[in-house]
Amino acid sequence: MSIIDQLATIEQDALAALATISTSEAVSEWKSNYLGKQGAIAKLSRELGTLPSDQRPAAGQRFNAVRGALDEAFTSREATINQAAQQQAFGQDAVDVTLPGRLPVVGRLHPSTRVLRMITDIFADMGFQVWESPEVETDTLNFGLLNIPEDHPARDMWDTFYVETAPGAEKVLLRTHTSPGQIHAMRAHAPNPVRVILPGKCYRYEQVTTRHEMMFHQVEGIAVGQHITFSDLKGTLIGFAERLYGAGTKTRFRPSYFPFTEPSVELDVECFLCKGAGCRICKQSGWLEVSGAGMIHPTVLRNGGYDPDVYSGFAFGMGPERITMLRHGIDDIRWFFSGDERFLQQFV
Amino acid sequence: MRIPLSWLREYVDVTIPVDELAERLTRSGLEVDSIEHIGGAQAELPWDPTLVLVCNILEVTQHPNADRLVLATVEYAPGSIHTVVTGAPNLYQYKGLGRLSHPLKSVFAREGAVLFDGHVAEKVKVKLKGKPVRGVMSDAMLCSEKELGLSEEHEGILILPDDAPVGMSLVEYIGDTVVDIDVLPNMARTLSLVGMAREIAALTNQPLRLPNPTVATNGIDANTAIKVTIAAPELCPRFTASVVRNVTIKPSPFWMQRRLIMAGMRPINNIVDISNYVMLELGTPNHTFDADCVAESHIVVRNAHADEQLKTLDGRTHTLNPSHLLVCDTIQALSVAGVMGGESSEVSDRTQNVLVEAAVWEPTIIRRMSTAFKLRSEASKRFERGVDPEMLDLAQRRLCQLLHDHADGVVAPGMVDVRTAPARDVTITLTSAEVKRILGLDFTAAQLSDLLTPLGFGCTVNTSDSLAVAVPSYRRDVSHTADLCEEVARMFGYDNLPSTIMADELPTQRTNLALEREHFVRDILSGAGLNEAITYSLTSLTSAANLDPAEAEATNYLRLANPLSSEREYMRRAILPTLLESAAVNLRERGSTRLFEVGRVYHRRDDAILPAEPLRLAVVMAGQRANASWHDASPATVDFFDIKGVVELLCERLQITTIRIAPSDAVYLQPGRAAQLIARTATGEVVIGHFGELHPLARERFAMPAMRVAVAEFALDTLIELANVPRYTSISRYPASSQDLALVAPVTVSAETIAASIRKYAGAALSNIELFDVYTGANLGEGMRSLAYRLTFRSSERTLADDEITKLRAKIIRGVEHETGAKMRA
Repeated sequence: MSIIDQLATIEQDALAALATISTSEAVSEWKSNYLGKQGAIAKLSRELGTLPSDQRPAAGQRFNAVRGALDEAFTSREATINQAAQQQAFGQDAVDVTLPGRLPVVGRLHPSTRVLRMITDIFADMGFQVWESPEVETDTLNFGLLNIPEDHPARDMWDTFYVETAPGAEKVLLRTHTSPGQIHAMRAHAPNPVRVILPGKCYRYEQVTTRHEMMFHQVEGIAVGQHITFSDLKGTLIGFAERLYGAGTKTRFRPSYFPFTEPSVELDVECFLCKGAGCRICKQSGWLEVSGAGMIHPTVLRNGGYDPDVYSGFAFGMGPERITMLRHGIDDIRWFFSGDERFLQQFV
Repeated sequence: MRIPLSWLREYVDVTIPVDELAERLTRSGLEVDSIEHIGGAQAELPWDPTLVLVCNILEVTQHPNADRLVLATVEYAPGSIHTVVTGAPNLYQYKGLGRLSHPLKSVFAREGAVLFDGHVAEKVKVKLKGKPVRGVMSDAMLCSEKELGLSEEHEGILILPDDAPVGMSLVEYIGDTVVDIDVLPNMARTLSLVGMAREIAALTNQPLRLPNPTVATNGIDANTAIKVTIAAPELCPRFTASVVRNVTIKPSPFWMQRRLIMAGMRPINNIVDISNYVMLELGTPNHTFDADCVAESHIVVRNAHADEQLKTLDGRTHTLNPSHLLVCDTIQALSVAGVMGGESSEVSDRTQNVLVEAAVWEPTIIRRMSTAFKLRSEASKRFERGVDPEMLDLAQRRLCQLLHDHADGVVAPGMVDVRTAPARDVTITLTSAEVKRILGLDFTAAQLSDLLTPLGFGCTVNTSDSLAVAVPSYRRDVSHTADLCEEVARMFGYDNLPSTIMADELPTQRTNLALEREHFVRDILSGAGLNEAITYSLTSLTSAANLDPAEAEATNYLRLANPLSSEREYMRRAILPTLLESAAVNLRERGSTRLFEVGRVYHRRDDAILPAEPLRLAVVMAGQRANASWHDASPATVDFFDIKGVVELLCERLQITTIRIAPSDAVYLQPGRAAQLIARTATGEVVIGHFGELHPLARERFAMPAMRVAVAEFALDTLIELANVPRYTSISRYPASSQDLALVAPVTVSAETIAASIRKYAGAALSNIELFDVYTGANLGEGMRSLAYRLTFRSSERTLADDEITKLRAKIIRGVEHETGAKMRA
């Protein structure tokens, strides 16, 4: 058999052997058997010298071609084997992706905090800045300066917790609304224009039920200047409602009564659950009460240090707990201050 | 205020469907609470107009087979006769009288009619089906009020007035709709049918029909018969009195009773009912006295004497003082003015002559008395909000007319009328400019006049942009331009006014750094796995003492004068007690708890009536550090170092450097596992708060199971003040080299002492120090401890040479040993 024929046989045998190989050890062995320094091809190549010189170049080329082909076959086979090995390793490493993950321990903000931030952020964009004032107040600040004299029937609107004081001393109470902050803020700014939002805890002498709490949060906003109108109040509240409840949210402005505003208004938004059709949440009315508001009463403006003939302003108030309850479908306000983590952990 | 539409229609035509009326009222400030239908198709129990009819009972005979049943021969349409089996006791008296000489009208229901079951307490609808009753076919019935859904009354059948038209459907006869309206304090003028009708007339552009009663009079003039003296003129602007003689006390007419019931009042007798009827109709509370019980026929309005006593109609005896106002005769008190009548002069079955009082009182005195005596009545509600003094003449005429018509009374001519104050006369100048300044929209004076006139305001247009507005007497809520602006807006429609973006100058915007940092603290803590709680600011001394018995001193607290319960009587001085109560619930329900709260506490001040309200932060952690899962079936439980980690994280993220941590002897913390956070300030050191593991005794007082409960409470406003903006340190490009160092010292030498010493001797080359092992064991000797540190050295200028580090290490060891006594571990 000629060298070339032997070479062809070796190539054939090698490729046949390679096709049956499936482990990386065997493929390495194959490589040294055929392509190594002591391999079959190297051995045969030593016999090239026995060929006539004119045949050597062609034979040499042939040898190179076979080496190249086998090398290529080796690379490809090795890759296939490695890939299979990796596949197998992956298979062994696979997990049931539906098993629960390793949760980082993360706490939640109180839902009232969340909603308060949403509200204050929206108003911040309109130039209202947060202003905080005390929770324990004098009767004068909570009522008198807000145009609610003693023995006025409007006092029935606020059931009040009073604090024990020495006989003859001024009456002290837990604020029933954030409105005393109006006076504080106006007095701090007058005669400059003021635009502030007053969030905080308030208290009412009220039996605790699923709908009523003795403690709750309120957010109040006021804007006072020389050109503030009722139309501005409408625009501001509509802007707020559209940010909180979505663009195009329908609103309804109803005349109402608060002693510290005149005209007074109640803002309703279309019930976002039934889209105005009437449901349990909106008590079949199709509307949800969102905010009480109005133009600041001239007496209150004066008490805040502004001349009501020159300055005008509006005020509005809302309850974050109520907004939170509507937003999340909470049916019992008593969870808010329970500190119960089964409740607190339900919010983002 | 409950408004029956049939009654309302006496004063104004209702030209729009009731739902639309309700929406218009709501949009004009009279919020409709509910619409109640009686008998009609939308009613809870509709009365079928073909099956439930007005009937006449012609004859009542004994049921042949049952003692307690009768057979009624009923005409339910002209000429249509039917026999009905009934057990109604109020028909027994007519048994066997033959053909009744006097018509007896009732309600007849035929087979197929749906009624309420009269025999069960709940409202259960049943359909009438024919069946024999003791051998007599019964396929129709005579109805009780309960069966018709009119009331709970089921003692007998409903007897209708004699003039009820036989054959008319009951729904046509007394079917109705009652609109219940929430009347706000400034809408006192609508606390009457006429007041509400006036508002509706203006809203729907319909004319108002005021009643104009006339009555024949006889006998001695009231002004001769009685005398009225007002001894407290500032509290009684107007007092009127009439006299009606020879009245007969009996039930009031059916229509009046129906109206009172629908309006929410209970019929009593004709005198009381007439009084209430006129109050509801005209908004003028009034009172009837037995005229023969008024000594010397002389009414005296005066303040009470000290300790004077009066027994009111509800049977209670009140002890009075001179701040109270009474209507008296010359001997004794007859009634608490405007609030409640007294027993001595009450109209009774024996009453023959009545004295009718219609007066107006100063609202605050009424409110003070009704509050003091806990006598909130329909009358006091109206007087507190203000009654129109100019309505008294009409009210007196109406009262006299009804007493004449329905109590057979003889009305005395004349009316005693004492006025102590002139009629209110308010005229306000309103300009287009002022309306625009408040509402933001231009109106001409003529337009303003068109809006205000229908409400009864007397408008005189002076120029195209100015008008004079005379306020009617029933608008006591209107006294300046802002009030008129509200009326303009209300009539124009709030929804029709423009919505604008504020064009006014934007006030200077300032950053509220403290608030931003407060938000940041909340974010840090929730990010650290703590849930934010908000607990009550109100608590009890017991709860405070559960944490620290020394905190039970009541004089340190703000105490409520009117607490709702003893659990919520004092304003908290610390957050931890209420937060621990929540934590105890969580431990019970879930086995672990991780809570924080940011809120105020309330500290009494000796030099001010209002307390200080410092901001606090409290943290409670107990139980497993993470939820058990298939990854870790039993996570480690919380201890001192978890709370300390939270404190360190907080200080690190707020970049607070001027603090130190030292052992604490707070009584509510377990000794040895208690620390305090101390701030260094320009004026010295300040304790910001304590943290550690709750003392077992305190833990038991909060009913928590035996486990480590880690707590902290800090002065958050102080912490926030100490916060800083982080300073960047350049990051070295040269390699680091680390060295481990295990040092043995007595446990009494604190870790911080050793670490500080290492830092001191290592100098600037030390870039990090990390404690990686703490070991105590017998081989170290009694009371000894090994602390192993990994020190990382790095220069920002060059690569540190090995021999430099070796030298530095030797220097640190020498220095620390010299300073603290700690030796290299062998």
